[in-house]
Amino acid sequence: MNYIFAFMIILSLITSVFTGTMNETIQAGIEGAENSIKVVLSFAGIMCMWCGFLKLAEKGGAMYYLSRLISPITNLLFPRLKNNQKAKEYITANISANLLGVGNAATPAGIAAMNELDKINKNPDRASDEMSIFTVLNTSSIQLIPTTIIALRSAFGSSDPGCIIIPVWICSGLSLICALTMMKTILFFKEKRNSQNI
Amino acid sequence: MAFLIPSVILLIIISAMKNKIPVYSTFCDGVQWGMKTVIGIFPVILAITTAVSMMRASGLMNIITEIISPITDFFHIPSEILPLALIRPISGGGALGILSDILEKYNPDSITGIIACIIMGSTETTFYTLMVYFKNTRVKYTGHIIPAAVFGDIVGIIAGVAASTIFF
Repeated sequence: MNYIFAFMIILSLITSVFTGTMNETIQAGIEGAENSIKVVLSFAGIMCMWCGFLKLAEKGGAMYYLSRLISPITNLLFPRLKNNQKAKEYITANISANLLGVGNAATPAGIAAMNELDKINKNPDRASDEMSIFTVLNTSSIQLIPTTIIALRSAFGSSDPGCIIIPVWICSGLSLICALTMMKTILFFKEKRNSQNI
Repeated sequence: MAFLIPSVILLIIISAMKNKIPVYSTFCDGVQWGMKTVIGIFPVILAITTAVSMMRASGLMNIITEIISPITDFFHIPSEILPLALIRPISGGGALGILSDILEKYNPDSITGIIACIIMGSTETTFYTLMVYFKNTRVKYTGHIIPAAVFGDIVGIIAGVAASTIFF
């Protein structure tokens, strides 16, 4: 990220010398900074409202019901964790927090789950199958209500801020299925290769 | 569709009341946490909006989109979306900054705005997540996870473009 930010600025300035837009570029940078506070303020209210409801879901039991609902899925994805109640609990909490979009409930649960999985990893140098699948689950997770995006859309005057919800479900579902299939395929070939070596 | 958000809110409040949770103060706690999140992502948003504005004004953005246009044209990805797709796997706040830049420039109800929102919703900060999750483990090699995770993001981007033409 450090390099990306530095290159964005340096290359812009160099390009501006060649295109003769130095003043405009500096002006645009200043305006960008000015606008960013307006943007943040414009969606902060809606975002905070959603965070209020999400906290209520977390403390009030709605998230617990959701995690009961998804436990069959965790059993399906992690068949070898049948007896490891603790790891399974963290994983379910992580998935339901992700579904609700409670980012800072998802990350601690995710890290706790990873540490549990790390303990039972037989080959500690390499990520186990469970760890791989769990990570992929998190790098392409589905969110039931994409709160930040909806907040931004209404901040910029959309007539129907929520219209993207169903397309987002479909796309992130597809993305998740493809990523999981790819992961399973990679793991399958790795196992095959390992058994041939023996 | 219109019932989705109201029914979720209703479910959350009713289950909280059923479990005798102080609904009002818990809600306020959440708002506070939300404000902290907003303040936390503000520096990233300012940095990225400033940098992207400079890239656009200097003409650098045009040069980059021109170079990558053969690929984006092939998948019918609008070139305005490109910076979003490039930053998204690395920085969530940065992607949010670019998304707000796009929504400001083009209407959120325009096809470009909608594609940007769907892509934002269906992809993740892949590399950041990988880094955070393996930080406390003994694992040294996570190489085989990256192709699967990146593949998921690419599918999310292409599906986002496709969905926007189907739905809107």
